[in-house]
Amino acid sequence: MFAAFLQYLFSGLTSGAIYALAGLGFAIIYNASHVINFAQGEFIMIGGMATATMVAAGVPIYLAIPLAMAASMLVGVAMEKFAIEPARNADVVTIIIITIGASIFMRGAAQLIWDKEFHSLPAFSGETPIAVMGATLMPQSLWVFGISAVAIALLWYFFNRTMFGKAMLGTSHNRLAAQLVGVAVKRVLLASFALSALLGAVGGIVVTPITFTNYEAGIMLGLKGFSAAVLGGLGNGTGAIIGGLIVGIAEAMASGYLSSAYKDAIAFIIILFVLFFMPSGLFGKRGTDRV
Amino acid sequence: MNLKTARTGGLAALAIVITLAPLGFSNSYFYDVGVNAMFNAILCVGLNLLIGYAGQISLGHAGFFALGAYGSGILTERYGVPAIGALVLSASVVGILAFVVARPILKLKGHYLAMATLGIGIIIHIVLKTEAGITGGPDGMSLGNFKMLGFTIKGDQMWYWVTGVLLVLAVWLSLNLIESPVGRALRAVHGSEVGAEVVGVDTSSYKVLVFVVSAVFASVVGSLFAHKNGFITPDISSFFHSVELVTMVVLGGMASIYGALIGAVILTLLPQVLAAVEQYEAMILGAIMMGTMIFMPKGLLPSLLASLKRREAGK
Amino acid sequence: MRNLMKWGAAAVVVAGCSTIAGLAQAADPIKIGSILSVTGPASFLGEPEKKTLEMYVERINKEGGVQGRKIELVVYDDGGAGEKASTFTKRLIESDKVDLLIGGSTTATTMAAVPLAERNEVPFISLAGAVVIVEPVKKWVFKTPHTDKMAAEKVFSDMKKRGITKIGMISEDAGFGKSGHDQSLAVVKSFGIEVVADEIYSPKDPDVTAQLTKIKNAPGVQAVFNFGFGQGPAIVTKNFKQLGIALPLYQSHGVASKDFIKLAGDAAEGIRLPAAGQVVPEQLPASDPQKPVVTAFKKDYEAAFKSDVSTFAGHAYDGLQIALAAINRAKSTDKAKVRDEIEKTSGYVGTGGLVSMSATDHMGLSPSAFHMLEIRKGDWVLID
Repeated sequence: MFAAFLQYLFSGLTSGAIYALAGLGFAIIYNASHVINFAQGEFIMIGGMATATMVAAGVPIYLAIPLAMAASMLVGVAMEKFAIEPARNADVVTIIIITIGASIFMRGAAQLIWDKEFHSLPAFSGETPIAVMGATLMPQSLWVFGISAVAIALLWYFFNRTMFGKAMLGTSHNRLAAQLVGVAVKRVLLASFALSALLGAVGGIVVTPITFTNYEAGIMLGLKGFSAAVLGGLGNGTGAIIGGLIVGIAEAMASGYLSSAYKDAIAFIIILFVLFFMPSGLFGKRGTDRV
Repeated sequence: MNLKTARTGGLAALAIVITLAPLGFSNSYFYDVGVNAMFNAILCVGLNLLIGYAGQISLGHAGFFALGAYGSGILTERYGVPAIGALVLSASVVGILAFVVARPILKLKGHYLAMATLGIGIIIHIVLKTEAGITGGPDGMSLGNFKMLGFTIKGDQMWYWVTGVLLVLAVWLSLNLIESPVGRALRAVHGSEVGAEVVGVDTSSYKVLVFVVSAVFASVVGSLFAHKNGFITPDISSFFHSVELVTMVVLGGMASIYGALIGAVILTLLPQVLAAVEQYEAMILGAIMMGTMIFMPKGLLPSLLASLKRREAGK
Repeated sequence: MRNLMKWGAAAVVVAGCSTIAGLAQAADPIKIGSILSVTGPASFLGEPEKKTLEMYVERINKEGGVQGRKIELVVYDDGGAGEKASTFTKRLIESDKVDLLIGGSTTATTMAAVPLAERNEVPFISLAGAVVIVEPVKKWVFKTPHTDKMAAEKVFSDMKKRGITKIGMISEDAGFGKSGHDQSLAVVKSFGIEVVADEIYSPKDPDVTAQLTKIKNAPGVQAVFNFGFGQGPAIVTKNFKQLGIALPLYQSHGVASKDFIKLAGDAAEGIRLPAAGQVVPEQLPASDPQKPVVTAFKKDYEAAFKSDVSTFAGHAYDGLQIALAAINRAKSTDKAKVRDEIEKTSGYVGTGGLVSMSATDHMGLSPSAFHMLEIRKGDWVLID
């Protein structure tokens, strides 16, 4: 009985860590610009697809990974420069439509540049399951947990201990004030897209051995990442991680104990329920309205 | 007074366009696309009340659309309810459902509201997909023609005229709603919710009202679409369909009834035009969405009108 | 260039020059319309189907066409959405005025097109799996792939042979898996097999160990059967191995392509699945009438596209061949005559098997069209 519970938990943690990584990308961009980037899933897809296709073409993996990360960052920067920056003062909904347009565009480009097949990567440290009290866990899941933890730590350090990170946070709180004290707001926005594209690429690379990837892989990850980020409270990195884990674990527990057909619905019901009582997510700042 | 003439003028222009468009139709495929464009237009005019005028986003309206469609399908096919009865019954159920969820949901703001409506849409999608015994599951369900008082709507031409009349009616209704005190209150909600409350506008009731109205619009169009198409799948309730609907409204122009209408028509026609360049379809569609929003952040119609006005002033 | 031509053709129709076209009857091309899911979740069906149709139409045109007439192929991508398929089918019938329809990669897109083909009396050969397409028989609708019901029966008869009486099912909640799941439940009892666990996953779930754990703990379960396609079954397979479940794992014909083995890797070892002869041309006995057909098709396809042939590409090939043979026999593209000739198709050896249709059977494949395969050392082994 306990072994089954533990297995559900592992299953949920594996999915949840993947959602969390996706959600973290949302949080970074939201933090700097109050933009929800619905193309975040596409950064993950680009990271995974670029690495998988390069490795398949014979590029050594230690070369393919940085190249894929650079490619994804380049796409992120280009997106900010050519699609987000020109529309800075537009309505929230308008910017949402721009990012959705960008995600459709990237998917279309990916299917032309690569193909529509599924691709995989070899697991980083073998495929021998780790047994824990009757349940099992793949080593690759540990990689996902580890990378998420490292990402959180680095981000915390970046936002709290470096000048540039503090500038980014400042910009999110008050754009004008940040500008007045000499923060290059434009650079901050650019950096936030580069950073979250980079994070997306890293996420895409570590999860590909588990979930595989194809040109449409970003859709589900984007949706789940958004759910994770909102549940945790927008703009809160730790919140996004916890939000992702809750969604993943809820799905796994629902399929284990209730109904696997309705597991996704159950996860969304939990999110709705939380939002009804905590309208700014679990760890979100309560907003005040300007009149 | 001036406003009033502009309103009747717009309605008359719309009626004329609908009447004259078939002159360019060479076969019933054109009528089919025309009907679909007008279905989307009705839906978007309703959705625009919520997004454009009340300033509340919904990423779940495809769910209400699908509930209308499946409500009609299930009631007419499995229980022999007359089509019009099924339409009204489905719309009432959707209206009640929208009313029940509206209060807690509309307390949320911005992206949290987007998330909540998205969740409701997805839950509807999952139920339609899973309860195959009732809905036919992912393989879809078929349903018959729309019969009313011994009269059957069938064929693309007849549907075209019926939908055309309904579209004019929907636009007229929406224009009236906006010009009414309710409409003024709504615009106040959009402008500044706290400000509106301070001057004594019961913002939450008004928001609930438009949410319900737009959901009922979606449900009615869903019922009609189901009969017209003769076949529905749970895809119509998907997240993508919801996004498509919001895109139509925003692309055409928020807070502009005719803008939403134009957005709906353009985004219905676009895939048909792009079908010939199929492998580039996604890229072109994405580029058009981004380009329009970057260069015309207020949407097509309002931006064009503004530039016209500027040119006029320049003369 | 082809796109330009497509536009040109559309422009002619739009301009209403049908009278001129009528005068030029003799040189008129045979118009075949096709709705396929080239993008979207079912793109792994639609993409090879489209490539196959284009390759063979081009080749046949080079060789002089059919009945001295060239073939013109019009393909629209429905993205896997039934509602889009319905509009595009209308466009093919009304605007492009096609003589015949091939396509509908999925059951939903096919079922969306069925009423239009029936109402407008256009012969329609579907490339989708579910049995509802041809049962009950619809006058104008045919199909080439094996049904999900046949796949389920093949799997259950193999289980019966091994003495398995209690199984767990895990299926994907999208069209193919859902329909296969329902067909499986409908026929499973007649094999004396009981389904003791019945779990569902979404096509994009990253991990399904929770569902598999539930199946593993179901009392008396002796084998597991997965109905789905795409990356889902590969994840099921990997998780199955991760949990160390020492039971036979069966997959459906939806994964009968080398891509599946590539994705699932070592975990795929020992899996059994039903598949058409197309998957294993070189292993078919020389006496098998299918052998030359599937060998030639595999060679053509792999030479042209540098990727492994799939049975899905074969469905399109069979559809095109059956249609053209019928037009040849009818000596015209008269829709009623062509329909009658398709129904008279008899002894056609295709990539899917031997096809003999009749007024009561619009698919015409016998259960023997399926072979049982096992995956050993990363390759297919024909066991039945």
